[in-house]
Amino acid sequence: MFFTFLIVVILTAVALVVLAMTVANLIGPKSYNKQKAEPYECGIPTRGRSWVQFRVGYYLFAILFLMFDIETVFLFPWAVVVQEVGAYGLISIAFFLLVLILGLAYAWRKGALEWK
Amino acid sequence: MNNNSFLDYYNIQDLNMAIHEALLGVMPQWLAILLEGLAVGLLIIVLYAVLAIILIYMERKVCARFQCRIGPNRVGGKGGLLQVPADVLKILTKEIISLKGSDRFLYNLAPFLVILASIFTFSCLPWNKGAEILRMNIGIFFVLAASSIGVLGILLAGWSSNSKYTIIGAVRSGAMIISYELSIGLTVLTMVLLSGTMDIQDIVMSQDRMWNIFQGHLPAVAAFIVYLIAGNAEANRGPFDLAEAEQELTAGYHTEYSGMHFGFFYLAEYLNLFITSGIAVTLFLGGWMPLHFPGLDGFNAVMDYIPGVIWFVGKTFLVVFLLMWIRWTFPRLRIDQVLTLEWKYLMPLSLLILLIMTVCVVFGITL
Repeated sequence: MFFTFLIVVILTAVALVVLAMTVANLIGPKSYNKQKAEPYECGIPTRGRSWVQFRVGYYLFAILFLMFDIETVFLFPWAVVVQEVGAYGLISIAFFLLVLILGLAYAWRKGALEWK
Repeated sequence: MNNNSFLDYYNIQDLNMAIHEALLGVMPQWLAILLEGLAVGLLIIVLYAVLAIILIYMERKVCARFQCRIGPNRVGGKGGLLQVPADVLKILTKEIISLKGSDRFLYNLAPFLVILASIFTFSCLPWNKGAEILRMNIGIFFVLAASSIGVLGILLAGWSSNSKYTIIGAVRSGAMIISYELSIGLTVLTMVLLSGTMDIQDIVMSQDRMWNIFQGHLPAVAAFIVYLIAGNAEANRGPFDLAEAEQELTAGYHTEYSGMHFGFFYLAEYLNLFITSGIAVTLFLGGWMPLHFPGLDGFNAVMDYIPGVIWFVGKTFLVVFLLMWIRWTFPRLRIDQVLTLEWKYLMPLSLLILLIMTVCVVFGITL
């Protein structure tokens, strides 16, 4: 039953987009001129290509994110059974978290969290 | 687990089953499932559109109130009730411009991804007992996973439009959303710890003695606040709307979109606000569960008379109002401030909350 509904939800999303776009294409005006197809940006013609290299600062945060997001993924199965595994699970997960917090502390110390 | 009889009275699971049986009686199975699928799809689209219209109207009125204005008051009677439907019609009749030099395929794909993410998460919300579209044993995990599709759409939109403002907006937005996803993940984890399940309906059911925010006392309240801040950033709103800072970036990642293309981003933004609030309500404020206090049986019984869907929608709109309040009160942050707030304050704080909550749950110090 779940997969039926999952497919229904995906198809609904597709239908919503396709339906709205079709209606908009049918009743909307269509005209072409050269200026209209230019990127708007700030109102004046854009200079050069826009697909350029970007500053590395954002990339650094993306790498850090990867590490901690995987951590959260690992923690979820444990969170469900925490009441059954009790104190032993608590100690193991505390060790796991300790390693990760050390990682965060290292990144912090190295200045990876500063915006330069 | 005391007086649950009235909650079962509003349970629509039996009604669903009855309709399913009745349909099976008069037609083959594939046709019945097809009809049910169509009904569910139609329901999602109608709910989606109606909620978006209500939320946009509410945002305009709330924003006007905070800025000492009246807000929309001309179209459609006294309160300007038809203003937003008129805007929707208007946006439908606008031309969809295809850009020169853009990556045509990704440009058209981006709004679809954003809509897909918000419809996925939207269909996981528990509206009432037995009233949810997608139910699985890893429900809340699925919500986290599905909501990350949205950031892909935003990045693609910015990249494919071939304009410098959109790319700056998209990268800012991407960095911010993935950063705040950590806090969201950790606070959700905290509540999964307390409930002991990832199934959204079971999380709600586990709060029938008391809502999680009372059950988990101090760590739960702290987690709620962290979740609200991070959720606000995740929905690209409030003091965190630097990705679409009008003064510097025109409209950020959707500058180059026109007509209904832009409408999809707008729609998804408001629905994401509702979904964020809905998940907050599910995790912390008991979802569709009426206000219960242990010991006060008479009070609990009276509360049970109000249907769950009213509780859910009421609480969700309360949280929506709170988020709007935050949005129209605080000034916008810079990108370095946003990232510092997450990585140096919220993230260690949510790890600490997680540890405290673990100790509370393991040693049974919850209320």
